Amino acid sequence: MPPSPPSEAVYNTPNYLNAEAGLRSWLTTRDHKRIAIMYLVLTVSAFALGGVFALLIRLELLTPGPTIMDAATYNRMFTLHGVVMIFLFMIPAIPGIFGNFLLPLMLGAQDVAFPRINLLTVYLYLLGAVIAVWGMVQGGTDTGWTFYTPYSTTTVTTVAPVLLGAFIIGMSSILTGVNFIVTTHTLRAPGLTWMRLPLFVWAIYATSIIQILATPVLGMTLLLVAVEKVFGFGIFDPVRGGDPILFQHLFWFYSHPAVYIMVLPAMAVVSEVVQAFARKNIFGYKAVAFSSLGIAFVGFFVWGHHLFTSGQSTFASGIFGVLSMFVGIFTAIKVFNWTATLYKGAIHVAAPFVYFLGFLYFLMFGGLTGIALSTVSLDVHWQDTYFVVAHFHFIMVGATIMAFLSALHYWWPKMFGRMYSERWALAAAVLVILGFNATFIPQFLLGNMGMPRRYYSYPEQFWPLNVASTAGASLLAFGFLIVLLYLVTSLVNGRVAGPNPWGSRGYEWNTPSPPNAQNFPETPVITGSAHDYQDELAGEVARAH
Amino acid sequence: MHTEAAATPNLAHHFPSLEQQEHAARLGMWLFLATEILLFTVLFTAYAVYRFLFPAGFEGASQLAHVAIGATNTVVLITSSLTVALAIHCARQGRSRATVALLAVTIAFGAAFMVLKGFEYYHHFADGQLPGKYYHYAGLKGPGVSMYFTLYFLMTGLHGLHVLVGMGVLTWIAIRAAREEFSPSYSTPVELAGLYWHLVDLIWIFLFPLFYLL
Amino acid sequence: MNELNELMRNLLWLPPQASEYARSVDHLHFFVFLVAQLGAWAVVVTTLVFIVRYRRRRLLQSTEHVEPRAIHEVVFIGLPLVLFLVWFAIGFPQYVTLQTPPKDARDVYVLAKKWMWKFAYPGGPNSTDVLRVPAGRPVRLLLTSRDVIHSFFVPALRLKQDVLPGRYTQTWFKATEPGRYQIFCAEYCGLGHSSMLGEVVVMPAEEFDAWMERERLSNHPAAQDEQPVASEDVDPRSSLLEQGRRVAVLQGCFKCHSVDGSQHIGPTWLDLYNAKVKLETGKTVVADEAYLTRSMMEPNADIVAGYKAVMPTFQGKLSAPEAAAIVEFIKSLRTDAPSPAPQKGPIYAPIPAK
Repeated sequence: MPPSPPSEAVYNTPNYLNAEAGLRSWLTTRDHKRIAIMYLVLTVSAFALGGVFALLIRLELLTPGPTIMDAATYNRMFTLHGVVMIFLFMIPAIPGIFGNFLLPLMLGAQDVAFPRINLLTVYLYLLGAVIAVWGMVQGGTDTGWTFYTPYSTTTVTTVAPVLLGAFIIGMSSILTGVNFIVTTHTLRAPGLTWMRLPLFVWAIYATSIIQILATPVLGMTLLLVAVEKVFGFGIFDPVRGGDPILFQHLFWFYSHPAVYIMVLPAMAVVSEVVQAFARKNIFGYKAVAFSSLGIAFVGFFVWGHHLFTSGQSTFASGIFGVLSMFVGIFTAIKVFNWTATLYKGAIHVAAPFVYFLGFLYFLMFGGLTGIALSTVSLDVHWQDTYFVVAHFHFIMVGATIMAFLSALHYWWPKMFGRMYSERWALAAAVLVILGFNATFIPQFLLGNMGMPRRYYSYPEQFWPLNVASTAGASLLAFGFLIVLLYLVTSLVNGRVAGPNPWGSRGYEWNTPSPPNAQNFPETPVITGSAHDYQDELAGEVARAH
Repeated sequence: MHTEAAATPNLAHHFPSLEQQEHAARLGMWLFLATEILLFTVLFTAYAVYRFLFPAGFEGASQLAHVAIGATNTVVLITSSLTVALAIHCARQGRSRATVALLAVTIAFGAAFMVLKGFEYYHHFADGQLPGKYYHYAGLKGPGVSMYFTLYFLMTGLHGLHVLVGMGVLTWIAIRAAREEFSPSYSTPVELAGLYWHLVDLIWIFLFPLFYLL
Repeated sequence: MNELNELMRNLLWLPPQASEYARSVDHLHFFVFLVAQLGAWAVVVTTLVFIVRYRRRRLLQSTEHVEPRAIHEVVFIGLPLVLFLVWFAIGFPQYVTLQTPPKDARDVYVLAKKWMWKFAYPGGPNSTDVLRVPAGRPVRLLLTSRDVIHSFFVPALRLKQDVLPGRYTQTWFKATEPGRYQIFCAEYCGLGHSSMLGEVVVMPAEEFDAWMERERLSNHPAAQDEQPVASEDVDPRSSLLEQGRRVAVLQGCFKCHSVDGSQHIGPTWLDLYNAKVKLETGKTVVADEAYLTRSMMEPNADIVAGYKAVMPTFQGKLSAPEAAAIVEFIKSLRTDAPSPAPQKGPIYAPIPAK
């Protein structure tokens, strides 16, 4: 093995990080890679904030009665947690960071189609986030992130600012989606046909379709709630002939596809990671690629499964239940194809792969609880209980955040040219996975017992499981903290990664790590699919641990 | 490469050719227009739901709409779509003065639309035909009537906002045209602005029958 | 079979099955759970076997290019699809049953409001937070809300129905096991959401009939929102104080007000009478009879500092004697109050109606 070059080398060679110095060069950048780093800082900060709210919630739930706060504060706490986590992290993070960083590199392009609009999305995100968080804290918003009417339009707390903030963040999401779709259509390098596209690109493309079609619906719906709260127009108010259930339909028409905006990018990541770490082509390329589109399409027709107990017609519940089963099938296709990719592979178990396994298992178990909910009669018992809370945390934390961590570890050397400590990474992964299980498995049982969600106080029979869940949450938080620490210190102390420490054949690894400000000196010409490991390649180099 | 860049000062560094860049710009605009349609779809859905629930109230309330003004506005907007299409045609031919003139006419039609709308709103205000809890027109009462006006003001108001934005965009494009920035090889911004204006017109063509004719 | 049912029910921490419907829903639950666990663990084991069997032996080891055959994808799609649709085919008819009350079901009206449940039997009594039903007979609930969306949830019956303002929703059940079962509110409705608890009391049918008869004879049946008739609701058998306490229980005052000084949603009644109260406007008032009465009728007029404007008005729900009785009760709640003297004097029992 050749000796590692001195660690300053990565910052002596020109790359996108040191190309232009100074804060102003970052704040006015049009480089998609710098924009990705800005999203990294902003979304991870949001995640930390949302995580603090989660810990406070779990602390309060440590005892059946008041523990560290009163009911009003608790109700604001779960609203803050939900809004921050969903709108400020889950939806923007993987597309904003990895979509932005990798899409042009994977397509052989110099940048995304609209770099200035890309920068605008960062500022819209920041503006919306500040308005939303300030609005919730100042106004004492306690409606939960779902803003159901008529409570949200008649509560004494303030909702207009947070709705405005969410609207602005929605614009950021829409413009990102437009950018990615146009980039994929118009900036592919010669020879890069649709059937050679990395699976990451397919899934991000599907996500972008949902982003542009669903987000405007949410924006308008939230605007209507704000208008009703401020002006009393009565669109959802029964006193004026309005229908509060109309709000639920409009809200979930976006918010169900929104969960696919959250999970499809995670699936995008995992398709890349499994191929790189099994050193093998994906088992069914077309199946995985088209199932992403299938999820995007069918995902628009299942929103009514959030309304099984709302009083909607039995017929509607039947349709939505069946269609929800179909959407689950697309995920099942992916699970089988990812698993089959391991067959006859050459598997290297490193941190990104460990997180892939976590993703796979939690997606499966969590996804199956989703199917169970879609049987309708089971949902009648579980609706608005901790079972549903556990279900969506299995997908959002168990699957999506594991994928986020997988992405972070896999592409860390690509983005920063440094490796982190594998020992610390594996230890933290174990903590995170154990902590996750300990937090949310008790919540499935609480749901079975009948503990409703958004409960500040609870009867004593729910006490032991709540204690278990809080203990798990502490472990999980500790695990995340360790990840943050060794990643940040690796920026200073980490080993220089070299261009391709994983020996991955993804297209993005054909550039230096970190890449130059200009992605490609000459437009590359693509002659084959990315993850094809049949033949040995001359000059291929990988630095393994 | 250098000479191409010099010959096409509008080519961005990350696009290999002007043709590809213009294709991307058009695709981006169409996608953006799709999002605008979905924005209005929420309101059209609400209209459909409440019309279904309150057929008598909506029918009665729509008699109070000022059909003459609405029809005039429809003609105004359709004509303005014609003038903006002609402006694009002239831009493609490199005729800057004609482009500016046609854009100015389009903007004027937009302004006329807003003025006529203003008169309509004023009449409704004066008669107490207002949204939700502010409705106090004695001439027509009943379930669904105030909801009709809620939707009327929300939908025409949002549309009016888009007309204003469109007028702003066209003004900016007209200024650029006056500076001779467009030519037979580069007239995409005029096209994109025209597309936006056509969408504004199209939405009105749906609003008009729903509120004035049905 | 019953042992298996109990074993699974306990394994999954499910509440008792208070109806046949609950039992059949649980059976679907067990089926789904077991098959899902089987399938998921099969995938877990497969991945672990692959990881060991196909571990990387050389740094840049090459691998075979494997393409799926059509049959693979057909199995991957077909098998889970059939399974999911079987589950749906069992669960959806159960849901349909839940949405279709039998014609001979007895109706009970449910009114949800922040933060209490009020039940009324047509031609029978009212109650707050306690729903008495006969075992073995179907009961249909007709639910509506006074304010925001609530949700009527009884875990033991595996039953849930959202309660909406401005319209009625319905659900039904036939409880089989006598007992007391928790009612929760399952749709977030504000400060008191988690304390909006109630109880379904399932009584053997004869006991229920006897109770219903007693209630019919002792009270004049009143619809939930009917104007209370002045003298008939005041029971001459007890003191004004006791009547005030009873009315306060019936109207749900203790959801928000404590009598022992503890902090809750509204100010405590202990030592409230004649106390100097600081209002949120900064003014200080004395909590005399007038203030207390006004607080019941126009609660948002003078809010005590530090409390939220969430008290509903009892205008039209309390008659003048009832409001007076509550005031007397509040007056009696003093830390230095002597314990009430035992009732002396004649007791007049009402003549039972024929």
